[in-house]
Amino acid sequence: MKQVLKVEDMSVTFALHESEVHAVREMNFALSEGETLAVVGESGSGKSQAFLAIMGLLAKNGRTGGRAMMGDVNLIGLAPKQLDVYRGKDIAMIFQDPMTSLNPTLRVKTQLAEVLVKHRGFDKGKAVKSAVEMLERVGIPEPAKRANAYPHELSGGMRQRVMIAMALLCQPKILIADEPTTALDVTVQAQMLDLFKTLTDDFGTSLVLITHDLGVVAGVADRMMVMYGGRAVEKGVTDDLFYDPRHPYTLGLLHSTPHIAKRAERLDPIQGLPPSLEHLPKGCSFNPRCAFAFDRCLNERPPLTETGNGREKACFYEGPMTYGKVA
Amino acid sequence: MLGYALRRVLSAIPIALIAVTVCFFILRLAPGGPFDGERALPPTVLANLRAHYNLDQPLINQYFIYLWRLLHGDLGPSMVIDGFNVSQLIRIGFPFTLTVALTAFVIATAIGVVAGMIAAVNQNKWPDYVLVLVVMLGVVVPNFLMAAILQLWFGVYLGWLPAGGWVNGSILHLVLPVTVLAWPHAARISRLMRGSMIEVLGTNYVRTAKSKGLGQRLVLARHAIKPALLPVVSYLGPGLSYLLTGSLAVEQIFGLPGIGKYFVTAALNRDYGIVLGTTILYMFIILALNLLVDLLYAWLDPKVRYR
Repeated sequence: MKQVLKVEDMSVTFALHESEVHAVREMNFALSEGETLAVVGESGSGKSQAFLAIMGLLAKNGRTGGRAMMGDVNLIGLAPKQLDVYRGKDIAMIFQDPMTSLNPTLRVKTQLAEVLVKHRGFDKGKAVKSAVEMLERVGIPEPAKRANAYPHELSGGMRQRVMIAMALLCQPKILIADEPTTALDVTVQAQMLDLFKTLTDDFGTSLVLITHDLGVVAGVADRMMVMYGGRAVEKGVTDDLFYDPRHPYTLGLLHSTPHIAKRAERLDPIQGLPPSLEHLPKGCSFNPRCAFAFDRCLNERPPLTETGNGREKACFYEGPMTYGKVA
Repeated sequence: MLGYALRRVLSAIPIALIAVTVCFFILRLAPGGPFDGERALPPTVLANLRAHYNLDQPLINQYFIYLWRLLHGDLGPSMVIDGFNVSQLIRIGFPFTLTVALTAFVIATAIGVVAGMIAAVNQNKWPDYVLVLVVMLGVVVPNFLMAAILQLWFGVYLGWLPAGGWVNGSILHLVLPVTVLAWPHAARISRLMRGSMIEVLGTNYVRTAKSKGLGQRLVLARHAIKPALLPVVSYLGPGLSYLLTGSLAVEQIFGLPGIGKYFVTAALNRDYGIVLGTTILYMFIILALNLLVDLLYAWLDPKVRYR
């Protein structure tokens, strides 16, 4: 299948007063046309920063290395002005907090229409008309009326729908959704995921879903990439990783997710906290929290290696993993 | 919106009454009176004068007489400048003061907003540092000193501009006074604008705007300026009243024929009528400005639309 985005050896670093923090290291992945890739990890695993970097939206002290090829264009290292040719048109992003991600001083239609005016060269009237059509498509009732509203007049779910409409206006090749359902009610979450699925299928858009919620991943993603301490630790088809996790961290994540059908007395969270990116442990970053760690893990960092079937993992441990031992 | 404006106007009435009362009594508490000259007047003349201006009556009666006249739009006579009443003097002097203050206001606000924006976009680079320096000068140096320095430099040493005085219709005579008046105002506005702009540039919605590929100009012009203006707007009302009152002193320094000339001498001579009349005029202007600012706020921030 055609690849729409190929990220090679990407890194993200932030300069602090006297030191540097490596938020993302040696990131490699490819995104195929129409595919949904879930990027999973705890807070601070670098998952959001990696994609903000691709969009050129890092904080001022951030530096990006490596390549992110969209066709022949390397998005990394483009000047903002050149990047603006692609941002919002071929690659769009939806953010976590729909409450603050829309401009409170502008009407919904203004914020939508400007995308079409900029990238498609529509005149204002035509752009507003298309914007209203798109609002209808994302399931907003009375779209013509809502288009005249200010963001604070809409509910959280509505606002996120507006964000989705905004991102999809130009039918982008790639849509990056950074925790798009985290700030929403559970019932709205499910609707939103359905919407993602339908719309990205309709437009042939590839979706990158950044999340810490495996429940979200299960329903939507074709493949997933698990991140820990700024690196990918396991990659593969979603079902494979769910039924047969090969990395202890993936296993731990699965077991810390509540299951609706099973009434557990208590959850089994992964012990300990995610590491500070400034002081990653020696060897495998996960070793202080890992029940399967042995002496090799303490000194040597396991490289991400293929294990067949299109799967990759970064772990030395090859034996069976039963849960309960992780704790 | 209309109902809100009306309510605001109504609520201004008690405020105005309180302000008039406080001004009236404070002024009377100050020692001395309008007829205390270096040479004492004959007692009979003094008694006649005091009777003429109702000063011989109990203070509380004078207060109600003043209030009654005020309600009829009469600010009373000047007690020192013979043959003029306060309304006439205001009509002579105030248009000039207003022109000077408004000119300074418009120029300073425009410069302040633009400079603040440039500094915010170039945070911690040289334009930002230059601004900090210019702002510091404006805020720290008091206007009478700034006036003297500029008069000396541009008026005397370089001879580019008149150091003072007034020729009818001469813009050149206004350059220095307006500069002195506008500088601190522009300085404060630019600081406010810089701060709020930096804050707005860090918001999620500006990030969203960038992610849409709108380009820097559109991101700034459409998405950042309006929300960033909010704190600036709330300062504009007090800012303009600052300029109007500041203008009094600056006019005096540069010898301009505004109301400042009357006000300053009136305050020194205890000319109750002029001081009180001018103060009340300013009070009404400030009340009106605050109302205007609140309405402007509603336009800038749809969340504060008033019902």
